[in-house]
Amino acid sequence: MTKPESEWTWKELTVGNVVLEPGNASQYRTGDWKTLKPVLNRELCIHCGLCYIFCPDMAYSLNAEGYFISDLYYCKGCGICAKECPTGAITMVVEEEK
Amino acid sequence: MGKRVGMEVSIAAAEAVKQANVDVISAYPITPQTHVVEHLSELVANGEMDAEFFCVESEHSALSVCVGSEATGARSFTCTSSQGLALMSEITYIASGLRLPIVMVISNRTLSAPLSIWNDHSDVMSIRDCGWIQLFTENGQEVYDHIFIAYRLAEDREVLLPVIVNMDGFILSHVIEPIELIEQEKIDRFLPPYQPLHRLHPDRPVTMGAFALPSIFAEAKKAQEVVLRSSLSQILQTWKAFGDMTGRYYKPVETYRTEDAETLLITMGSFGETASVAVDRMREEGRPVGLVKLRLWRPFPFDEFKKATLSANQLVVIDRAVSVGGPGGPVASEVKAALYGEEQRPRVYNFVAGISGRDVTPQDYVKMVDKAEIEIEEGNREGYEIYGVRE
Repeated sequence: MTKPESEWTWKELTVGNVVLEPGNASQYRTGDWKTLKPVLNRELCIHCGLCYIFCPDMAYSLNAEGYFISDLYYCKGCGICAKECPTGAITMVVEEEK
Repeated sequence: MGKRVGMEVSIAAAEAVKQANVDVISAYPITPQTHVVEHLSELVANGEMDAEFFCVESEHSALSVCVGSEATGARSFTCTSSQGLALMSEITYIASGLRLPIVMVISNRTLSAPLSIWNDHSDVMSIRDCGWIQLFTENGQEVYDHIFIAYRLAEDREVLLPVIVNMDGFILSHVIEPIELIEQEKIDRFLPPYQPLHRLHPDRPVTMGAFALPSIFAEAKKAQEVVLRSSLSQILQTWKAFGDMTGRYYKPVETYRTEDAETLLITMGSFGETASVAVDRMREEGRPVGLVKLRLWRPFPFDEFKKATLSANQLVVIDRAVSVGGPGGPVASEVKAALYGEEQRPRVYNFVAGISGRDVTPQDYVKMVDKAEIEIEEGNREGYEIYGVRE
């Protein structure tokens, strides 16, 4: 459905509230939960992809230049990437007011 | 006409599950449910029934397995009692919220403490608001019949709700009764294979059991409430279709000798048969007493109940569970709520009787009617007591 959830009536819900559209969790913005965001120091990055592998929200993806970048729309700021990074290329910094 | 055989009611229930072509059975043993699932495990082990039998480690898992199997489109069955039902109570709300048409037989037994294995309705009353269709049976034939009725009803596209068939533990579950078995061809016509609306399948992925924010939860509950309430018309249709097949027509509220009755006994479950004997005796003495039996507990049949009772002067409601600290037994509470909006309504006297399997004889019903009539005549508009307690 295209309209926001807060406008659905009870008659528009599917039986058992089954979600029929696969993968629609990607529409759910979890990025506004965070207080800390990961910042990558590209000079230290060895492109190992451990941040990408460990990220529990699959926020990381490979960009055209070969760096793994966290999508802040999804990143909850858990800091696992910074903890796992073998070269210390990722630091968690306080996210500024938007 | 089907074959009429003497059979323990639990075995008849298991035979009905077999005849209903159930795909998955998941259960954990607890008295007095055991004979049902023991017999099913034998049927599966002997190759007489083509189903998966899951021996799980608890009732919580028993119903959880049914939720999973039903979600894949497999017709699923479980059976429990008392503490077992209490342990699976968390999952009962999930099965109805997900609209999974599971059928469960409850061999009703008292909840501890004190520890008791005997019958009353305290187990099922603890999950009164779980969102399942809830039926009560009076004898073995009704138990057998209602397995088929329950599956057809549950799987109806307009319903898609789980169904509980209550049978009183020991009083029904462990007695041998004449059961008229229905021919398999008739069952197969009455109950075609389950066609799920949505199911878990890799070819067409869906999500079941997703999170709901406060912005949508109330809408989800309203949808569930509406479908449970409106399932009454499908319940009536299903009973009609079953009656046309077997000649046994069931109603949400059954009446017995209620014509011109001034006092009506109100019962649910196996109380009904004994109470009808008491009514016969009182009628022989010329007393205008009748009997109203509730077969359907959820959705509560408000209109049918009012139609059956509004012309009486007093109702003597016999409950089989205590609502500790509440206004009386759970059935009496519902009865009073049903009548509250009526200008002319019968007075309601409430007894809790037969808890933890204590026998309630025809003479006990007569005594309860005597007591209620005297109290009401003395001006007590309503009353509540646990019957037969030694002071």
